Amino acid sequence: MAVDFQDLSADRGQKWREELRAALAARERSALPRVKMPELAPAERIKGFREVNSGLSEEMAVREAKRCLDCITPSCVSGCPVGINIPGFIKRIEAGDFLAAARKLKETNALPAVCGRVCPQEVQCESKCVYHKMKKPPVAVGYLERFASDCERSERSERGAAGAAAPAPGAEAAAGCRVAAIGSGPASLTFAGQMARFGYRVTVFEALHELAGVLSYGIPEFRLPKSIVRSEIAYLEAIGVAFERNVIVGKTLSIDDMKRQGFQGFFIGSGAGLPKFMHIPGENAIGIYSSNEYLTRVNLMRAYQFPEYDTPIVRGRRVAVIGGGNTAMDSVRTAIRLGAEKAMIVYRRSEEEMPARIEEVHHAKEEGVEFLNLTNPVEYVADASGRVKQMRVQKMELGAADDSGRRRPVAIDGSEYLIDVDTVVVGVGTDPNPLIPRSIPGLEVSKWGTIVVDEETMGTSLPGVYAGGDIVRGGATVILAMGDGKKAAEALCDFLSRESPPA
Amino acid sequence: MNSIIEKTFLSENVARLVVEAPLIAQKQHPGQFVIVRTDEKGERIPLTIADADKERGTITLIVQRVGTSSHKISLLNAGGRLLDVSGPLGRPTHVEKKGTVLACGGGVGIAPLYPIARAFKEAGNRLVAVLGARTRELLILEREMGAFADETIVMTDDGSYGKKGVITIGIEEVLRREPVHLAVAIGPAVMMKFVALLTKRYSVPTIASLNTIMVDGTGMCGACRVSVGGKTRFVCVDGPEFDAHEIDYDEMIQRLSTYRSEEKESYDAYLGTLS
Repeated sequence: MAVDFQDLSADRGQKWREELRAALAARERSALPRVKMPELAPAERIKGFREVNSGLSEEMAVREAKRCLDCITPSCVSGCPVGINIPGFIKRIEAGDFLAAARKLKETNALPAVCGRVCPQEVQCESKCVYHKMKKPPVAVGYLERFASDCERSERSERGAAGAAAPAPGAEAAAGCRVAAIGSGPASLTFAGQMARFGYRVTVFEALHELAGVLSYGIPEFRLPKSIVRSEIAYLEAIGVAFERNVIVGKTLSIDDMKRQGFQGFFIGSGAGLPKFMHIPGENAIGIYSSNEYLTRVNLMRAYQFPEYDTPIVRGRRVAVIGGGNTAMDSVRTAIRLGAEKAMIVYRRSEEEMPARIEEVHHAKEEGVEFLNLTNPVEYVADASGRVKQMRVQKMELGAADDSGRRRPVAIDGSEYLIDVDTVVVGVGTDPNPLIPRSIPGLEVSKWGTIVVDEETMGTSLPGVYAGGDIVRGGATVILAMGDGKKAAEALCDFLSRESPPA
Repeated sequence: MNSIIEKTFLSENVARLVVEAPLIAQKQHPGQFVIVRTDEKGERIPLTIADADKERGTITLIVQRVGTSSHKISLLNAGGRLLDVSGPLGRPTHVEKKGTVLACGGGVGIAPLYPIARAFKEAGNRLVAVLGARTRELLILEREMGAFADETIVMTDDGSYGKKGVITIGIEEVLRREPVHLAVAIGPAVMMKFVALLTKRYSVPTIASLNTIMVDGTGMCGACRVSVGGKTRFVCVDGPEFDAHEIDYDEMIQRLSTYRSEEKESYDAYLGTLS
């Protein structure tokens, strides 16, 4: 994401910022220890779905904010896929103006309370922090982002949506022009927030009965409480975004129908909704789930509250989750909370190559998850009624690096053995959902089923139609999807003002 | 939206609901289904669209009480509403002129069969319907099917109506006497399995429409997966219709039993709240 350093430096040059910097020497700032996130004890948290991280206190947040050296050229910002003015919001926390910090965040990020919780900061903003050069832990940008947005949210719940970000300059010109976002996950929500700020009438179409895509069906309550997601949606509603649930674009409505309804610009953020299976023998046995199904039953349908809620789930006692990503960690930690006596991660590479966030792996271990790394399933064995009872796995070793730069796992001959399981969750990734690309004639799609876009603008092969998130990337993170949504909003705004310049 | 316009019972446990769903009514084709939810705590369940009226903007759903969700739906009345209705989902039936089409419906499977059979008739086919039910009271849509079918054969297990015996007896009677170019089988999994075995012997191409467990209905979860010709397919996006001779019915029947004990637990608790 291109960073506007002029903007950053204008903000940094304000008198209060100068005074704040002068108030404490850099040596003293860097001597402060990095804050520790308070969290529920493992034994306590595995009893239910309560959020594990409990958030910083005001005192902790201000102290952590003091660690930030307010660098002249803040490299953290270039590590952020949406280009948040990171020192800008952190220094407002240090100054004690938490709501101003939250407003600063919302200028560039429609979902800071979400990002503060689920972003992999360790490979983004925090990885670029100047503290690394001093061999010290980076400023806890993620914790602070969460802190500021949580303050703003509790303030908002008391006073309505008064904290809304100011409309962008020139917003009146776009008034009345209608644009549509397809899907309501992080890419679309970001797109919608930006377009609304630019003055467009935005409608978000969601196929499911609940909004927010992967934030609702995918990420569990213990990592991202649904009340926070709902509150972020309420904020978007307050700034004028309309939401339509139970509308499957391509089935219930076509793009042509939407054009007839007056929509002039489109953003496709329909996600990577198609679960991958491994196509090994026995994979259709009862008790073998895709991670999408497992997590959807629990998060979206609240199967953990069965029978109060009607949707059931197999509550396995010996659960194996296949894969090493965040989805696999979410699934295995869910299994523990559903009462598994033994919950295992089965991953074909070693822990070093795991795509999951370090925090998730750490939390999973604390909660008693066993890691069977360098191990790969080759077959499932079912009992007479078709329920999975065992899985045959083989040991792997790491060979030469593959296209992804990670060392390729190679099976070790004669290393196969059986593991007793009664539930298996296959979390080896997802493919793009073909439903929408298939339904739009002329839309260019890659051989992997992803929508082909111009990386600068997120524009597709069709004019006025943009796309972003996993339908373009094939499986990435919340924040990258959000970066796409933001880029697309800016490009669509340009496109529309060229098409129909304001009178 | 989603209001119930009409509700009737076709038999003691089979309800017919006409639901206001104008967008879906416009877009649906025979063979497609919707996912519905009755209330905030309800499941998402798939129901085939049994009929639609584009002008009135309504779709017709037919549901048999078998558990909590279907029972909840059957208790809705005109003036009430479903919380969520989304669709139309699945691929429409490929309807074309074949010659003679044999429409085989068992139990509540006659409901999804009805619009498909009518579409084949409208495409210029000779349409022979074979309808099966356990007993006379459970037979549905016989008159509606008879309104366009060239011939309707009814089979009941107990002989209380039509001919006595399982549906395959009636089907074989037709296969023996005249050339059939396509068969469509919809009903309980076991019925479809035996119809497929029979039509295979007569080398009659056959399609079956499957009603498996689903959650989202848009290809996202894979709960509905079945093996067809040795490959895993998703009923919601690849189906619901498949070559009946290629389906692994035994695997499908087992998968349908995944939540048998939970379904009973839920239904018993629910029935307890009614009494």
